Amino acid sequence: MSGRTPVEGADVCVVGAGPAGGIVADRLAADHEVVVLEAGPRFDPAERTDRQERAIRPAYDRPDVWEMGGPRDAHSASGERFYPLNHARVKGIGGSTLHWQGMVMRLHEDDFNSGSARGVGPDWPVDYADLRPYYAEAERELGVSGADDNPYAPPREEPHPMPAFPPSYSDSLFAEACEELEIDMHSVPNARNSEPYDGRPECVGYGTCQPVCPSGAKYDATTHIESAAARGAMVIDRAPVQRLEHDADRVTAAVYATPDGERHRQEADAVVVACGGVETPRLLLLSESTDYPDGLANSSGLVGRLFMDHLFAGAGGVLEEPTRQNHVGFYTSGCDQFYDDADAEVAPFKLEFFNYAGPSPVETALSADEWGDDLLEGLRDSYGNHVAMGALVEQLPREDSYVGLDPDRTDDHGNPVPDVHWSVGDRALRTIERANEIQTAVLEELGAEIEWVAGPDDTGPAYHHMGTTRMSDDPGAGVVDADCRTHDLENCWVASSSVFPTGGAMNPTLTIAALALRVADHVDGALR
Amino acid sequence: MELSRRDAVAALAAIGAGTGAAVHAVDSDDDTAAPPVETLVAAAEVVYPSELSGVEPFVEALAERRAAGDDAHARGVRETVRELDRHAESWYDAPFVELSAADRDALLREVGADTADEDPDGTTAERVRYYVVNELLLALYASPTGGELVGIENPQGHPGGVDSYRQGPGR
Ligand SMILES: Cc1cc2nc3c(=O)[nH]c(=O)nc-3n(C[C@H](O)[C@H](O)[C@H](O)COP(=O)(O)OP(=O)(O)OC[C@H]3O[C@@H](n4cnc5c(N)ncnc54)[C@H](O)[C@@H]3O)c2cc1C
Ligand code: SF4
Repeated sequence: MSGRTPVEGADVCVVGAGPAGGIVADRLAADHEVVVLEAGPRFDPAERTDRQERAIRPAYDRPDVWEMGGPRDAHSASGERFYPLNHARVKGIGGSTLHWQGMVMRLHEDDFNSGSARGVGPDWPVDYADLRPYYAEAERELGVSGADDNPYAPPREEPHPMPAFPPSYSDSLFAEACEELEIDMHSVPNARNSEPYDGRPECVGYGTCQPVCPSGAKYDATTHIESAAARGAMVIDRAPVQRLEHDADRVTAAVYATPDGERHRQEADAVVVACGGVETPRLLLLSESTDYPDGLANSSGLVGRLFMDHLFAGAGGVLEEPTRQNHVGFYTSGCDQFYDDADAEVAPFKLEFFNYAGPSPVETALSADEWGDDLLEGLRDSYGNHVAMGALVEQLPREDSYVGLDPDRTDDHGNPVPDVHWSVGDRALRTIERANEIQTAVLEELGAEIEWVAGPDDTGPAYHHMGTTRMSDDPGAGVVDADCRTHDLENCWVASSSVFPTGGAMNPTLTIAALALRVADHVDGALR
Repeated sequence: MELSRRDAVAALAAIGAGTGAAVHAVDSDDDTAAPPVETLVAAAEVVYPSELSGVEPFVEALAERRAAGDDAHARGVRETVRELDRHAESWYDAPFVELSAADRDALLREVGADTADEDPDGTTAERVRYYVVNELLLALYASPTGGELVGIENPQGHPGGVDSYRQGPGR
């Protein structure tokens, strides 16, 4: 047996080993025969320091750190804005959390009711109260360090599993300016250990969290995959699923390729698609048939449509005093004060106070044109007094923003590549300006000389892929129902931010984890 | 400022050890698998700031871990050092270690390592930048002492804990 052959009599086949697939597999593995099929490799944990070196050295691009790129990961971007897809995901056991930043906020109550509360976009078929216990469980699963000091956060029933990381020195500088402007600062929940948790160590301050945490203090989904395997799940890496075979009502098998060039069929009673917000709709579109000529589970015509990301808004500058940046790679204070002012004209947004503004000396040194004393002098001049703020802004679902298949380009297995056709509407662009106004006001109050502003023209995506298999009670208006089961196929669920009807402005992964736990409950119920 | 043994250990933790174990593996087309310590020290004397002391034991520890094994990285360092020596011989009639500091500096610039972008598979200039100049700069500026020279005692790549980010400049 090669270790990559199908498992007979499997109850559940999970496609994708990121946090969504990992959590579903881990939940179900004790009581059911579970198989996980993952397109990418199982990375050796011993290589993480070498990956960290790649993160620092200029010879390597970000996608090189986790070996993204090449024919396997070919993609197109036909929209008005380029979408750098291979900067925005990782393929492998652990998925994109290998690279992620690890900020884990709950969505706000109004985010689930955008249509009725803000007058734009659809309401979700579930609301905050439905997800609230799952959020608490998701915080325990990921290991979240957080505190209760945020008056704008939605109600919670219990403390975070670990105490929050205390504010940074630069947060204390911001605090004076914010107090003057009556802007409230508060801690932020981090999926990284402020103390040892779940067999993983506390954060030791490597400062390269994004794209790699050598210590394991930052959560990544290898944790859940390992746990699932320990409970008996079969995890097959380098096994990209090519197609979901089906009849009119059920998925019958996942057809996957293996490195030896073979193809295999994994049959299972239930299938959970957890390939992230781009590959999930792509796999459904690739699985078209006479029953589903426009793509599997696509009676609504919405598979791949309504693609959303969060938009970045930011500003930064320099002070005439030291600001102590780049000791750690995560931020410790935010501001959600303006979030629930959102309406039809202005989107929700959250503000972030960076601890990693300006250059990191070691990176500057490696691309400088001088060395010796001149280099040291240059480093002293360039490092030490930067400050910066960021923001995430919601974009609405739009007809002209979608993930499709590019008929003219194929991947290493001959399948059409994903085309991320991304466009952004005026409400989001206006909101970026609004965030910039606040950011520049804070920086001016601080006495900073402003050096850059990332506004509507220089915004970019936060790498949160949402909306492409929307959740709705109405089979004509969504791909999955409120339980995240596809309307068309009775044994097929989707665990991903692709089910989000709207995005809010909070990083999505805690909500992905909460929904994944809920999917596991539904699958478990269906199998009993 | 004095580089310490702890710096060497910290720098190595930060940048990994390649996959090179500190054993002098015998590989067939590279019978001098001993790490080119002297040449790296001679290069460090040029690319490190003059106020540093303790460079030699620091670079020795680095070379033992990163230039002595049979992995691609260690071989890359040794091959590139040999190439540097060939240039030194043909332009200055002596191996790199025997040149004056000014000539070592000039030679590194003449091969183009000052303006080149590092690339492990690139031209001579790009490889000298990757395997010699940046190898040394990475080890220094990801270490606490190197960071401290610039004002950051917990630089990126160094697991310096979670207190320093909270401390003000007075500390
Ligand atoms: C740089 C960066 C920073 C981020 N920061 C944050 C943050 O601070 N907070 C936050 O909430 N989110 C953040 N994210 C987003 C976060 O990483 C994702 O939301 C999360 O990983 C999504 O989980 P997932 O399991 O749905 O998908 P993924 O983690 O993307 O995993 C999907 C897996 O499915 C596999 N797969 C795909 N297609 C197939 C197929 N056909 N067959 C088999 N396997 C397949 C992939 O290889 C991959 O391993 C960040 C992302 C990036 C890139
Ligand atoms: S700072 Fe980031 S990379 Fe370093 S240990 Fe903490 S979480 Fe990991």
